[in-house]
Amino acid sequence: MMKQVGSHRLIFWLTFIPPTLWLLIFLLIPLSIIGSFSFSEKRGLIDIELSWILNNYIRAADLIYLSTLIKSIGVAGITTVICFLFGFPLALGIASAPPRWKSILLIAIILPFCVNLLIRTYALIAVFRTRGFFNFGLEWFADLINVPFEPLSLLYNDTAVILGLVYVHLPFMILPLYAGFEGFNKTLLEAALDLGASKLELLTSIIIPIITPSIISGCILVFIPALGSYLTPELLGGPNSQMIANVIERQFMNANDWPFGSALSMVLVYLTFGILALRYLCFNNLYLDKNKRRL
Amino acid sequence: MKNPIIKIEGITKKFGIKNALEEIDLSIYEGEFFAIVGPSGCGKTTLLRVLAGFEVPDSGLLFIDGENMRSIPPNRRPLNIVFQSYALFPHMTVLDNIAFGLKVTGVPIKECYQRVKMLLKLVKLSGLDHRFPHQLSGGQLQRVALARALVKRPKVLLLDEPLSALDAKLRNEMRQELVRLQKSMGITFILVTHDQQEALSTADRIAVMNNGRIKQVASPTNLYESPSNKFVAGFIGSINLIKCEVRQIEGELCAVTTGLTKDLFSIKGKNEISVGQSYLMGVRPEKIQLTKLTDIDQYDNKLAGIINNITYLGRSSMYHVKVSGDENIVMNVSMSHSDRSENIDLCIGESVLMHWTAGSALLLEDHDS
Repeated sequence: MMKQVGSHRLIFWLTFIPPTLWLLIFLLIPLSIIGSFSFSEKRGLIDIELSWILNNYIRAADLIYLSTLIKSIGVAGITTVICFLFGFPLALGIASAPPRWKSILLIAIILPFCVNLLIRTYALIAVFRTRGFFNFGLEWFADLINVPFEPLSLLYNDTAVILGLVYVHLPFMILPLYAGFEGFNKTLLEAALDLGASKLELLTSIIIPIITPSIISGCILVFIPALGSYLTPELLGGPNSQMIANVIERQFMNANDWPFGSALSMVLVYLTFGILALRYLCFNNLYLDKNKRRL
Repeated sequence: MKNPIIKIEGITKKFGIKNALEEIDLSIYEGEFFAIVGPSGCGKTTLLRVLAGFEVPDSGLLFIDGENMRSIPPNRRPLNIVFQSYALFPHMTVLDNIAFGLKVTGVPIKECYQRVKMLLKLVKLSGLDHRFPHQLSGGQLQRVALARALVKRPKVLLLDEPLSALDAKLRNEMRQELVRLQKSMGITFILVTHDQQEALSTADRIAVMNNGRIKQVASPTNLYESPSNKFVAGFIGSINLIKCEVRQIEGELCAVTTGLTKDLFSIKGKNEISVGQSYLMGVRPEKIQLTKLTDIDQYDNKLAGIINNITYLGRSSMYHVKVSGDENIVMNVSMSHSDRSENIDLCIGESVLMHWTAGSALLLEDHDS
């Protein structure tokens, strides 16, 4: 009996320690360092003194930084909406495909993850640049119908950034939605149909309300990384389409202003936590209800 | 009888190479409580789904209230279903669940809620309007599902194994409740179930299905007392079957021999039987009496045997008796404890005499058509 308890304790520590250490070393400690930098002042070239000042945050509220932040939120928001509009029918399609096709389609969705983000982004450049595959295609088509062709400049603007972000983040929308549809009890649709509901009413009053938790998960999974994305706007964006992460990078590198860069980073962190807290508050009721069900 | 509310003509449905439904012909009349019973996989659920419009038959016609349903989708058919799993909308309250069918067909909100309140009272759920499905018990969920289907005042209510998720006591209560609702509302009920007890105790008429075919349609009494074939006899209640050969026909009764004894057995015959042909003699367990082996000369339809096993069932016991003459035949005899005569010791290994009255055995076709 004692031995059993002892081995349970061992298993407990073995499973408890590694993730805790991981979180401590790679999340909590770096975050505290950045957090404390954000309340510090720069003294000389490399000296930073923690003096508990709010100057960095006050500076972050300057119009120039604030507008970049708002623009980033806008770009991430548009990305999320587009991802949802494409992801919803795609996930629904995969979930209702015959079982043999389901796994093939899922692999097709996940496969791009096997390729490095940098390479995928360069591939997008190869497709959309002035002398890229997309323009080649258009040119071929224009020749076919005898229309003079001028290559479109598709890269280095906000549209290109959004396009790139949608491309990268679409699987994050599709997977939770797919999981939601898979868990969906299809008899409910038959019940609604039997009671006289139209196809549209099935969607609006049965499907969407029931998979709302999956929709919110998908949106958060797209919005948060899109908001902090650095590489995509750096490579696909023009001089005016930089996002908050690019500004932060410049504070750390070019401007060598770590306290201010930290403050901007922390603003992003607070924003992310705020979104997660909001979701928790919204869904807490649901969880409570589920507990009641067990009682 | 009244008009058939549902008329099925030659409906066939295949899944792959398996025939789920084969040439089904069936008429169900207005105001009837009709039951479809059969073992799982017999096609009863497919038939229900064809009626509801979720499955399209390969051939055949379906009329509901005289209207051909061929091109009518499920959401425009004048019938509603109580699903086996209830299929209540988890994100809606009891009130909204029941009102859903009315709202989507454009019934004014005020009338909607009036009708819902009325139905809640009818199924004895008043006061639970604002609960969510996960806050209800199994019996309550069942009542909500019923109310949700009935609130639309359908011409036909389909019930797909509605009581299978309830415990035995609750199931009994709900059976009576279903009959009460059906009689008071006058709606045609079609109950699909694998439980013959449930069908016998609720329905006016029963269709017994097996392997995609309807084996017999009759009232519960007729189905039990005069099953038309081996399958029905065995599925509705239990029955002991012994091979026999017809020797003589005397009006209602006929005399048969079995290979077991030299005796003639007197059996309730049926139409179109011929002398000299083999049939099955069927005897229900509760029609058989057990007595001492020494009483052998007092009775006519009798078989000797040894008690092989006893199953205690509370009110009665089931005696499994090995027939002398053929070790492979085990007769099931049901005897209530109060009927048991005092002068006989019924225990395993005891030799006994089984006997029954002349008309209580049935003559059945040997082959299963």
